[in-house]
Amino acid sequence: MLRFIIRRLVQMVGVLVVLSLLLFLWLRSLPGGTVSAILGERATPATRAAMEKAFGLDEPVWVQYGKFVGRVLQGDFGPSTSVLPGTDALDIFLQRFPATIELSFFAMLIAVALGIPMGYVAARRRASFLDNASVVFSLVGVAVPVFFLAFLLKYVFAIKLGWLPVSGRQDGSLDATRVTGFFVIDGLLTREFDASVNALKHLVLPAVALASIPFAVIFRITRASVLEVLDEDYIRTAESKGLTNRVIRGRHVLRNAMLPVTTTIGLQIGALLGGAVLTEAVFSWGGIGEALALSFSRRDYPVLQVIILAAAAVYVLVNLLVDIMYAVIDPRVRTR
Amino acid sequence: MTSTSTSPSTHPHGRTGSSEPLLSVRDLRVTFQRQGQEPFEAVQGVSFDVHPGQTVGLVGESGCGKSVTSLAIMGLLPARGNRVSGTVSYDGTDLLTLSDQQMRDKRGKDIAMVFQDPLSSLNPVIPIGLQVTEVLERHRGMSRKAATPVARDLLDRVGIPDPDRRLTDYPHQLSGGMRQRALIAIALACQPRLLIADEPTTALDVTIQAQILALLKELVQDTGTALVMITHDLGVVAGLCDEVNVLYGGRIVERGERHELFAQPRHPYTHGLLASIPRLDAPRGQRLTPIPGSVADNLPWTHACAFAPRCSQPIEVCTRVMPELVPHEGRPLRCHNPVEESR
Repeated sequence: MLRFIIRRLVQMVGVLVVLSLLLFLWLRSLPGGTVSAILGERATPATRAAMEKAFGLDEPVWVQYGKFVGRVLQGDFGPSTSVLPGTDALDIFLQRFPATIELSFFAMLIAVALGIPMGYVAARRRASFLDNASVVFSLVGVAVPVFFLAFLLKYVFAIKLGWLPVSGRQDGSLDATRVTGFFVIDGLLTREFDASVNALKHLVLPAVALASIPFAVIFRITRASVLEVLDEDYIRTAESKGLTNRVIRGRHVLRNAMLPVTTTIGLQIGALLGGAVLTEAVFSWGGIGEALALSFSRRDYPVLQVIILAAAAVYVLVNLLVDIMYAVIDPRVRTR
Repeated sequence: MTSTSTSPSTHPHGRTGSSEPLLSVRDLRVTFQRQGQEPFEAVQGVSFDVHPGQTVGLVGESGCGKSVTSLAIMGLLPARGNRVSGTVSYDGTDLLTLSDQQMRDKRGKDIAMVFQDPLSSLNPVIPIGLQVTEVLERHRGMSRKAATPVARDLLDRVGIPDPDRRLTDYPHQLSGGMRQRALIAIALACQPRLLIADEPTTALDVTIQAQILALLKELVQDTGTALVMITHDLGVVAGLCDEVNVLYGGRIVERGERHELFAQPRHPYTHGLLASIPRLDAPRGQRLTPIPGSVADNLPWTHACAFAPRCSQPIEVCTRVMPELVPHEGRPLRCHNPVEESR
């Protein structure tokens, strides 16, 4: 197992190297560019040239890439060019990363905590009213665009009803102590429990909006997977042993049905960033989703490179975790 | 000893048909009803008895209702989409009237089942040991710790080498024959009085088949377990069963003590089944005699003999009147024109 993990980590380095090259070339082949984004289209050639030289963009791409790799290996992704000019790109990323992780974590928690039980119950009561209602509910979850759902939730629960905060991660008036950057955890660590509660309230709406698609996908995969497992011969064997429903459900059905669900959860975590960009924008979340959108529109290459490479690294790590989980659940994978 | 008063039959250990049957199936009917489809009666009034320690075969080709019969006895038919009627009396209790919970208490403890495909019938993600001990935990109230040595002995008993290691192995780490042995160990864990084996050797190669059959025979003889053997393979029946019920189209068409049935099959279907078995003592180059057609050609039993379209010797009445299961030369037979020759 250890060899497997090490091999996967080495693979991850390879993935990141290839991705960094593709990303570097791709960003620089886009129409427009950092200079146009900052100076506008009407700047004189001389001003443009001066700024290009300042950012090192006048050199051949492969020279730029070589220097980039050299600096990155020392942990230096370069300063931001246009989002927060002069600020270290890695700092921008690190400062915003906990916000996105916190949001994503709660979104996935909601998606998993609702999707798996609902999928299981829907499968056990196949074609019942409950099943049909759940399927329709999940279809709505996939079909409604995330930004629209985010706006809708915000409008109804924050603006009209006033139950939950409109935007941000915490009320500034609390002046809560920062430890980890995860506001809920910070509140627990510093025993400022009202800060945790406040952060949780802020989390509800964006997390629900972001959870909609992963919930729907996890629900449907669980339902399909449980239906398939219920038809398996070994479930009939378990029934023939007279085992209680509880044992059959937990030990025989769910464990087998979780195999495809685990894979799905991993893939959904990887795909979460896309939804986070939209959700964070609606709720002024201050996470990397917002920074990604902003740095893209302003062609802030250093910030873009940090965020996208980090997202890729997270994706690979999550999938490594999924593979380990898979081996824990399924002995057939382990012995290979 | 059978539903009709006619069958003199022999039990192992020389007992005769005077004892109370352990399992008594009467007029069992199973109808499948799917939405938007005609109801289909898979089992159409099957009756048979199984006495303690006796081995009874249910024989027929795919679709004759033998597996559905066994699932109905076990209460393992899907909860919806079917209707079961008749009585399945086990030790004086009609199993069909029991609640789900009462049936759960019986399954695995009093009545156990061995299934056809040992790979798909074992849970792939649970170690063999736990798949055995969970039955003991459930019905014997044993802790897992206390059940483990019992499970080990069971694996040993069914001839699995190195049982200590096998306890922690998963199904995919066992060979096909070994898996079937494990399934048998699971079924016998609580020493049931009745064991139903549904094609237990079909998925195995021939040498392993013989081993598994020998094992089953030995186990039922040692423990006095009654065995219902469901098979399409008359070779299996020949080596194992005391009494044989031949099913066709959801009904029993012939019943008899093993030797009688093999020596003098009276139903053309039984005769055809026997003629289609390869024999070592047959002259070289002699071809096997298949039964023409398939079950799809069946006529409805209600006003004909279902087998008539495939029969080697049909007479006019066969397509008009349903034959009843009545004694013929002392054995129940459902045929207007029985085969008279001996084999």
